[in-house]
Amino acid sequence: MIEITNLRKQYASGFVALDDINLKVNKGEILALLGPNGAGKTTLISIICGIVNPSSGAVTVGGFDIIKNYRQTRSLIGLVPQELTTDAFETPWNNLTFSRGLFGLPKNPQMVEKVLKDLSLWDKKDDRIMTLSGGMKRRLLIGKALVHEPQVLFLDEPTAGVDVSLRQDMWRMVDELRNQGVTIVLTTHYIEEAEAIADRIGVISGGKLLLVEDKKLLMSRMGQKQLKVELMERLDALPTELAERGFMLNEDSLSIVYHYDKDTPEVDIAGLLQSVASAGLGVKDIHTQQSSLEEIFVDLVEDAA
Amino acid sequence: MNLRGMWAIYSFEMSRTKRTITQSVVSPVLSTVLYFVVFGGAIGSRIESVGGISYGAFIVPGLIMLSIMTQSLSNASFGIYFPRFSGTIYEVLSSPMSFWEATAGYVGAAATKSLLIGLITLATAGFFVPIEIAHPFWMLAFLVLTTITFSLFGFLIGIWADGFEKLQLIPLLVVTPMVFLGGAFYSIDMLPSAWQTVTMFNPVVYLISGFRWSFYEISDVSVGVSLGMITLFMGICLALISWIFKTGYRLKQ
Repeated sequence: MIEITNLRKQYASGFVALDDINLKVNKGEILALLGPNGAGKTTLISIICGIVNPSSGAVTVGGFDIIKNYRQTRSLIGLVPQELTTDAFETPWNNLTFSRGLFGLPKNPQMVEKVLKDLSLWDKKDDRIMTLSGGMKRRLLIGKALVHEPQVLFLDEPTAGVDVSLRQDMWRMVDELRNQGVTIVLTTHYIEEAEAIADRIGVISGGKLLLVEDKKLLMSRMGQKQLKVELMERLDALPTELAERGFMLNEDSLSIVYHYDKDTPEVDIAGLLQSVASAGLGVKDIHTQQSSLEEIFVDLVEDAA
Repeated sequence: MNLRGMWAIYSFEMSRTKRTITQSVVSPVLSTVLYFVVFGGAIGSRIESVGGISYGAFIVPGLIMLSIMTQSLSNASFGIYFPRFSGTIYEVLSSPMSFWEATAGYVGAAATKSLLIGLITLATAGFFVPIEIAHPFWMLAFLVLTTITFSLFGFLIGIWADGFEKLQLIPLLVVTPMVFLGGAFYSIDMLPSAWQTVTMFNPVVYLISGFRWSFYEISDVSVGVSLGMITLFMGICLALISWIFKTGYRLKQ
């Protein structure tokens, strides 16, 4: 649905915001772009939507070039910007009608009503936008992006600063849109957001796309597992036989840990526990933990830096 | 062509006018009418006629021009500057509209508002001073051309400005003095000859002169020159907007 080839953006100041980005986004999938502040996420979205000019490279949406066929590409796209930019003196009803008109579509009161109701803004339809709460304004921005029925939706940090309840509502809405076949690209700081709703994860840092991978594959490929054995008594030094097996003593001296790759076939958990027992250590509890996407993300960005 | 998109911007801007009718329409009309009362009714009766026209009637075309020029500038500059300031311009930039279509929406609305103010002012002036319109078609043509041209100019100012102070800078410090010194209140031949020469470098002179001709068939310069000047000014504005369209100046990074 979206194909980005050798995309580069260098601002007049000389700052390179995007450097040789290559990316394909499939129809109907949810791609989450993770990256620290200033990584280039918003610049990438802004170029695709026509707000920022690329320095070089090519982008197509639905097979159309974003420069030569900008009418076709922009008709396919809905954008929810990062900032709460709204017309303070207008009403949600008029604002959605305006947004639909910009996309060259005839007035459709039923559609506007549906969007307002779906976003729980129906009872505020005639209120001035300046009187709405931050969460309502965020929902209105989503409504503005959806009212022309786009096939591709860009959500630029859609849940920044919204409460947990609204965040979950948005995740549900994103899921419904995916079921309707809408392709969704979202940028986020919240790793759990990407973990919860994305099909694929892209990591951007310093204007470079470090990786794009299926979320499950990424987590299984890069995810480390940890076997943690909590001890009955404090341990001053790790017995040699356990150190040789790969165990490490935690700083609290009350637990030992063993790191291994999730898919490593030769890990002998029973043997490891047997060696702990043989060393005469009293075991209080045992648990395993897989590294989260957040840890993977931090590792990737630190490696790139 | 995205006609519905153009209409959406036009309607949005006109709806802002309706919301702020006192500030957008009543206030400028009232200000201009006060000129008629003071200069036309009170002081005008003690001033000799100009070219056979009573002073009160003589200043009507110039005052209407003063009003529509300043209003076109402020309407169009604010119309594009405010979305830039608030950030809502993203929606126009990411919509399937060409830059020309968006410009037509903003400039069309600004010109309509100014035209409305000009016509209301003209109708109101009739209550205070006797008015004749010798060439109604040309009167309307000058009115429309001037509102469009100054709305284009205002649009450029709204894109150039990076703060509210700059937004007011050119209208207040450049355009208003040019309009006041452009023959709104006097005929150019009333000036000393040296100042007559200097005045001819003021483009507003040509616009007011042509517009006044459409009322009373008296003018400081020929009507053809007036039309040529307004066309030239419009051409310069369109060329600058075309350059903005190509470069994305102040709109796209």
